[in-house]
Amino acid sequence: MARIVGIDLGTTNSLVAYMDKGTPRVIAGRNERNMVPSVVAMTDNGLIVGDPAKEHLTRNPARTVYSVKRFMGKSLADVQSELAYFPYTFTEQGGVIRFKLGEKTYSPPQISAMILKELKLRAETHLGESITKAVITVPAYFNDSQRQATKDAGMIAGLEVLRIINEPTAASLAYGLQEKTQGTIAVYDLGGGTFDISILKLKNGIFEVLATNGDTHLGGDDIDRLIADLFIDEIRERHGLDLHTYPDYMQAVRLEAERTKIRLSDVLKTTATLDLPDGKGRFTRELTRDQLESLTMGLIERTLAPCRKALKDAELTPEHIDEVVLVGGSTRMPLVRQRVQELFGKTPHCELNPDEVVALGAAVQADILSGGTTDMLLLDVTPLSLGIETMGGVMSSVIRRNTTIPAGAKEMFTTYVDGQTGVDIHILQGERELAKDNRSLARFRLKVPPLPAGVPRIEVTFLIDANGILNVLAKDMRTGQSQSIEVKPSYGLSDSEVEQMIEDSFKFAADDVSARKLIEARLDAGALITTTEKSLLEGGHLIASDNIAATRTALAALSAAKDGTDPRVIRARMADLEQAAKPLTVALLNDSLMKGLQGKKVSEVT
Amino acid sequence: MDHQHRHSSSPRELQMARSMCWHCQSEVSGEYFCDRCVKVQPVSKELDYFTCMGFPRRLTIDPRQLESKFYELSRAFHPDFFQNKSAEEQTISLGNSAMLNTAYRTLRDPIQRAEYLLDLEAGAVKDIRTSPPADLFEEILELQDTLDEYRAADRASDTAATLCAKLQMERTTLERRQQDMENALQQLFTQWDILQDRGEATDQTRAERDRILKHMRDILSNRTYVKNIVNDLVATIS
Repeated sequence: MARIVGIDLGTTNSLVAYMDKGTPRVIAGRNERNMVPSVVAMTDNGLIVGDPAKEHLTRNPARTVYSVKRFMGKSLADVQSELAYFPYTFTEQGGVIRFKLGEKTYSPPQISAMILKELKLRAETHLGESITKAVITVPAYFNDSQRQATKDAGMIAGLEVLRIINEPTAASLAYGLQEKTQGTIAVYDLGGGTFDISILKLKNGIFEVLATNGDTHLGGDDIDRLIADLFIDEIRERHGLDLHTYPDYMQAVRLEAERTKIRLSDVLKTTATLDLPDGKGRFTRELTRDQLESLTMGLIERTLAPCRKALKDAELTPEHIDEVVLVGGSTRMPLVRQRVQELFGKTPHCELNPDEVVALGAAVQADILSGGTTDMLLLDVTPLSLGIETMGGVMSSVIRRNTTIPAGAKEMFTTYVDGQTGVDIHILQGERELAKDNRSLARFRLKVPPLPAGVPRIEVTFLIDANGILNVLAKDMRTGQSQSIEVKPSYGLSDSEVEQMIEDSFKFAADDVSARKLIEARLDAGALITTTEKSLLEGGHLIASDNIAATRTALAALSAAKDGTDPRVIRARMADLEQAAKPLTVALLNDSLMKGLQGKKVSEVT
Repeated sequence: MDHQHRHSSSPRELQMARSMCWHCQSEVSGEYFCDRCVKVQPVSKELDYFTCMGFPRRLTIDPRQLESKFYELSRAFHPDFFQNKSAEEQTISLGNSAMLNTAYRTLRDPIQRAEYLLDLEAGAVKDIRTSPPADLFEEILELQDTLDEYRAADRASDTAATLCAKLQMERTTLERRQQDMENALQQLFTQWDILQDRGEATDQTRAERDRILKHMRDILSNRTYVKNIVNDLVATIS
């Protein structure tokens, strides 16, 4: 069976991992970094993803998308309150948000697919084989539409998504593999945009989720926003500037807020600095950890209520929890660790890198699916109750939250009027009494043969599969005939739209490849220029003057080529420079060897 | 618990409702997998949850035994282990897993287990009324009124304090009543199991069986009313 990779498609960063002889490993990129920032930029030279795209956040904010995960499976109305924080133009079509970037519009699954493609390529480069199958993680509290959108993203990226698994459960797999833990564990996962808590029982290789809860709109992004808002207010007071009118500076202040927060996890005091527009000088602000904590206390408190609910649903109290595991970059904040420790009364585990543990777990699940690991099995639950709208707009629960998946339930439907030929069914997800307060998932119409009222009997089976995604089947009990159902998702792409997007993605693939080659050549050229200039400074005195001149000429030629758009020319000038700088490189190498040998005994050298 | 051990040692009670392998058409003798072609076999939809999990229809079940059976069957059926198999096998694995999960959820909880058994054994006790007896009904109505009064009263007033004390007393009484019901149910569960173990089919045992089922249904339905009003009460005064 072809290799299956594990992907953590995060709000802020994404990773890809695979199972290497029984050990899950994250695949690093050419820049040796394990994480790909979940940022996509539409530049005049095409589309770029990850670290290079991140630079465009301040350079070209209107065409650089970040935190796309917050928009997966959402309509405009769902995210109305935070639209102002994002610098691009939003539209909506068929209940799905679209980003307008330049001339074209993109749905969140399409943007996510670009990140997935980057990860796919990273894996293909590293493993030297074509990758077409993946396990992708999602927040445990993601609803059906959000899961479906993630699956769509995989398809658009040319990946068969064999399984969608929950992030906290993935993390528990990575920990379980390492420690062979037994007992009851709580996984507290606070990421860039989402919060999850899962309570699991680990016994003889079975990972049974007892309960899960969370908030899919609560994470590091929200903390950054509080800090940024503080800075923006003070800039308005001190400098008379409203940064909201400068989208590029809004991004700069957001990034500086994030960096300040990260520093305050290690130190008690730090200074944030930001260059201001229109020659208004520079904003500096000292921030202490105490100040950060009083600012963010409320947000962090918001994670505790879901923890208590999950415990209650699992019919447990904090004393029953044997281990607490921290996942997600935001759990590096000392206040988070403190509050979690207070709630559960034990020191949380964080031996595995909280940024990587989810991807590692996804690789373990991928290995289980490919038949490699057979001693571990994950039994997850559905996070939200599934129901149907009944008379009077009330939701009638069909599958309760925290039911182990796969989960099935049957409902019988009939007619109220003689000769009625259809029954409309509205599927909902959520915990509220009234249909209108819950998430609408889909609507469909059951076909019924024209008969007297109450005579038709149509059995509908609701089946939540191991991905947490709903499947619906209907059967006429009188004839035993199954009928296919056209389910129209309330907030999702239709099948034909996804197909079109897959086609588009192939069509643009060629453009993407050449754009990528150019970007990579430029990055490599930049690195070579920097190191050569450094070498000239350090070793210029070691070589003949005509060698120096030749190196400088080749440097200038590469700089010029780097500004052009032909990657082949850039690569050629790079080769020229490497050739011209050879005497310098050799001289420096000899010099450092000589220095290293000086003053050492023969025994130390050999 | 003792009689339980005897019964769970007979897993052969698990019968499949078909006798032919869907794949190789051979007579199926294996429990969940065809002995000849080793394909997974669909658990029949008509199978009750007790049979599905290899337990006799008893109301006392050792939770650890039930859990280990659940884990064992999960390892046999879960879709994770059918990723490389044919589409038919994947469909069977999905259906079997979903059924297994429902069976485990139902049997794990003693009350759900009893309610499910009542559904299965319905027959003679099907037409039992499910409204509460008059005295309980009166009591609940009265308590509802007190609750409404308390909700309307000014929390700082003497009236509220008096009402609250009254509600606290009611709560203690109701909780004791709940405990009595649990105990009565437990006794009925044991009686049921003993009767089933005897396995006699006389008129007398049939009458005894119906009596136990009817009594169980009464308590279960009253229990729901009491539980709801207690929840309401606790939410109001805490």
